[in-house]
Amino acid sequence: MSAPLVHGYEVVIGFETHAQLSTQSKIFSRASTAFGAEPNTQACAVDLALPGTLPVMNKGAVERAIQLGLALGSHIAERSIFARKNYFYPDLPKGYQISQFEIPVVQGGEVSFFLEQGKETLHKTVRLVRAHLEEDAGKSLHEDFIGQSGIDLNRAGTPLLEIVTEPDMRSSAEAVAYAKELHKIVTWIGICDGNMQEGSFRCDANVSVRKPGAPLGTRREIKNLNSFKFMQQAIDYEVRWQIEQLEDGHAIQQATVLFNPDTGETRAMRTKEDAADYRYFPDPDLPPLVIGRDWVERVRSEMAELPRVMAERFVTQYGLPEYDATQLTQSKAMAAYFEAAAKACGQAKLASNWVMGDVSRFSNAFKGGSFENLPVHPSQLGALITRIVDNTISNNAAKEVFDELWSPKWQPSGYNVTDITFGLVDALIDAKGLKQMNDSGELEKIIDEVLAANPKNVQEFKAGNAKALNGLVGPIMKASKGKANPAQVNALLLKKLD
Amino acid sequence: MSDLHTLGVAQLSALLQNKDISAVELATRMLARLGGNPHHAFLSVDSEVTLAQAKAADARLTAGDTSPLLGVPIAHKDIFVTTDFPTTAGSRMLEGYRSPFNATVVQRLGDAGMVSLGKLSCDEFAMGSANENVAVPSAHPQAVTNPWDVSRIPGGSSGGSAAAVAACLTPAATGTDTGGSIRQPAAFCGITGIKPTYGRASRYGMVAFASSLDQAGPMARSAEDCALLLSAMCGPDLDRDSTSLDVKAEDFSRDLNQPLKGLRVGVPNEFFADGLAADVRGAVDAALESLRSQGATLVPIALPRTSLSIPVYYIIAPAEASSNLSRFDGVKFGHRAKDFTDLADMYEKTRSEGFGEEVKRRIMIGSYVLSHGYYDAYYLQAQKIRRMIADDFQRAFASCDVIAGPVAPTVAWKLGDKSNDPLANYLADIFTLPASLAGLPGMSIPVGFGEGGLPVGMQLMGNYLQEAKLLNVAHQFQLATDHHLKTPVGAA
Repeated sequence: MSAPLVHGYEVVIGFETHAQLSTQSKIFSRASTAFGAEPNTQACAVDLALPGTLPVMNKGAVERAIQLGLALGSHIAERSIFARKNYFYPDLPKGYQISQFEIPVVQGGEVSFFLEQGKETLHKTVRLVRAHLEEDAGKSLHEDFIGQSGIDLNRAGTPLLEIVTEPDMRSSAEAVAYAKELHKIVTWIGICDGNMQEGSFRCDANVSVRKPGAPLGTRREIKNLNSFKFMQQAIDYEVRWQIEQLEDGHAIQQATVLFNPDTGETRAMRTKEDAADYRYFPDPDLPPLVIGRDWVERVRSEMAELPRVMAERFVTQYGLPEYDATQLTQSKAMAAYFEAAAKACGQAKLASNWVMGDVSRFSNAFKGGSFENLPVHPSQLGALITRIVDNTISNNAAKEVFDELWSPKWQPSGYNVTDITFGLVDALIDAKGLKQMNDSGELEKIIDEVLAANPKNVQEFKAGNAKALNGLVGPIMKASKGKANPAQVNALLLKKLD
Repeated sequence: MSDLHTLGVAQLSALLQNKDISAVELATRMLARLGGNPHHAFLSVDSEVTLAQAKAADARLTAGDTSPLLGVPIAHKDIFVTTDFPTTAGSRMLEGYRSPFNATVVQRLGDAGMVSLGKLSCDEFAMGSANENVAVPSAHPQAVTNPWDVSRIPGGSSGGSAAAVAACLTPAATGTDTGGSIRQPAAFCGITGIKPTYGRASRYGMVAFASSLDQAGPMARSAEDCALLLSAMCGPDLDRDSTSLDVKAEDFSRDLNQPLKGLRVGVPNEFFADGLAADVRGAVDAALESLRSQGATLVPIALPRTSLSIPVYYIIAPAEASSNLSRFDGVKFGHRAKDFTDLADMYEKTRSEGFGEEVKRRIMIGSYVLSHGYYDAYYLQAQKIRRMIADDFQRAFASCDVIAGPVAPTVAWKLGDKSNDPLANYLADIFTLPASLAGLPGMSIPVGFGEGGLPVGMQLMGNYLQEAKLLNVAHQFQLATDHHLKTPVGAA
């Protein structure tokens, strides 16, 4: 099923993403890449383009490009070329940016992901054109100065991987899902810290619209989308704007636009007429980048299990539905949390439900969605699940215990506490009096009392109204102070009413 | 020892090692000759810096250090960045600029104990064949003169280096060669100079002109001295220069004394065609005959694309230069225009004021050949022919060990003769460009005198990494002849 049309138009989106690589030093110099230092304290002679300086390739950046290529099933070019992109700007110290033009290091590949459309879960694949290595520019600071601009070259020479897709996305939802998936992959394999606020993961969206079956429309490029929320808003606005233009009989001019989150609008920065001639040519300071098969194989052997491979393993090893497996592999930490909990209790599906449910809810509320160092250790979750399965507590009681476990007061020494798992869980169950009533004699007594007090429900049920049973379960649970096992209550009720 | 300044590197080294003279005495004597800046060869001197270096050399000598270059004076082309002296690259753009680091070549020669006398004039950003394109406002007059005839140019772009060595102002100098900038001024001033294989000497700290062609090399008064200097200059610099060859440093003096018997000297027809002046031809022919008399055989060879090297070079070199010079924008260092209205105006005024005519011309040519729609027809095509020129050399080296021919079609011309005719300047580079484009080592040795008593140079070209062979041939020639021992009037 394809994405829905918008007012009869098909939306076509391609992405260019700049992922800042997580190297300690810059791509062509030894200066540090750390974020947030005083202006111009992390720019060495090479970054300042002092006369006589020359670039020397940082192998760590190449290695990260290889990792991305392997993660996305791309071809790793055995020989790729660095080129100079020539233009003048004060934060571009050499007057050119070293990038890759004709022959990039990563060629082809794809990103696949699931997305919800209505009630369906769609599987979508976006093809990559390429990913190439390049250096970042510095920053121009216009706000802090009067009548002049400041230049901070700390960022100049920071390694970037520009990841370019085919125009394969057909809605803002698909675009956001793609960006989230790519973000997940680069952070998972550890080549990028993924910090969108600090600009470590910046997306440009090329957006056009067309009537179904028509050739591609003229695109406008929305630059520097640095949050998933803005991405969706910007694309939706841009699509509406382009359709309005076309409906009003105006042609779309190729342009670069910026999204203003305050107004929710996109605005053109420059049109094709002002496009610079970058005079690309191979950089004579850098020989071709040669990557031997042995290098690729070594990187492959050192790479962590990829999310989609891990998800497939979760399906086969734990018998999880594909949906669960995909959700659990949203981050390495989440997947690790699930696996530890599942192993601790031997109940993979229950562990999956808990991790996707309450644990995620708490993590989102208190830990920004991270699964690193959660206050509830996965083995404690495993113990909790074990107590549900062995009928010690009900599911609702377990939620209450989980809530309590999250409290910092139960975390005397972080994660190194393995002996507290059952101990603490059981102690909390006792302290809160949550143990289920598994003694059927006591329960039968309560049921008999409730049946006697509700003759109308009994009558209706016997007359064939199955819903009348609910009217009986509620008072029984209440009378047992929530300690009755709902399954047991059901079974006993049916037996008595038979 | 009244004629100390006429001695070469090896001779001075012997005196220093013998404690016949101290490095400080020697430096003092050399500095004394620089008063009035003869031939306008120097752009900066600083006797305090020089004497401090000499003192340090003396300390090492006293401690028994026997490094062969220890205490010997040298001067550096002002295209190498230095911490001890300003670096201008012959341009107004960099007047007053001082580098926070030394060029690798300067550092290596300094580590070997050489004492720097200062920085030598050159064409602006090494662009020129006459050393007339000096654009540092403080240099007056700006053009360097030829010590053999002060109404003549010394050649370029390492014209200051060549003039200083020929006039015995220094026993040795560094130069850089992009399309002949070591070999041609060496020939015009009657000294010996060698450009090694591309990648032998680190380019780190050389103000870049054309990155794929620029190479550093020594200029001195004998092949023996050049061998000593080159051994100290070369060697891998992989952490700083990605085009540096991963080839161990060598002792280039090792084969100097090999006899020439059995040597096959390739003589390219194309180097002896109509454009070659008779006086140059006569001197080169005599030199070839001398090699033959020492047991070498002369082998006719063909380098059929020799004339194409001019258009190929004058596309590739300006293309790279146009990009390399973009960093001179007035933002971070160097000249910035005083008054401007906005960013574009600042760029325009800064670069208009900061660059001289020839540099602007090459930036324009380079920008043009790289621009959209012209790249394939010019730059890409030039790269293809460049490859063919290199292949021609490999075919030639199948039948010879070295190639010999003239360095330039004529002797040094009059100051101002070609300064308004860039094309005539470019055409004079015809014999030095092929080896540059192929990345091959080439050298110039004095082989006699032509019109007006001006020196004639012969070029020796070798296959990749065959510098020791070139120096061997040159040294054997110099053992049998005395052209290299002649000095211009006033120098001795």
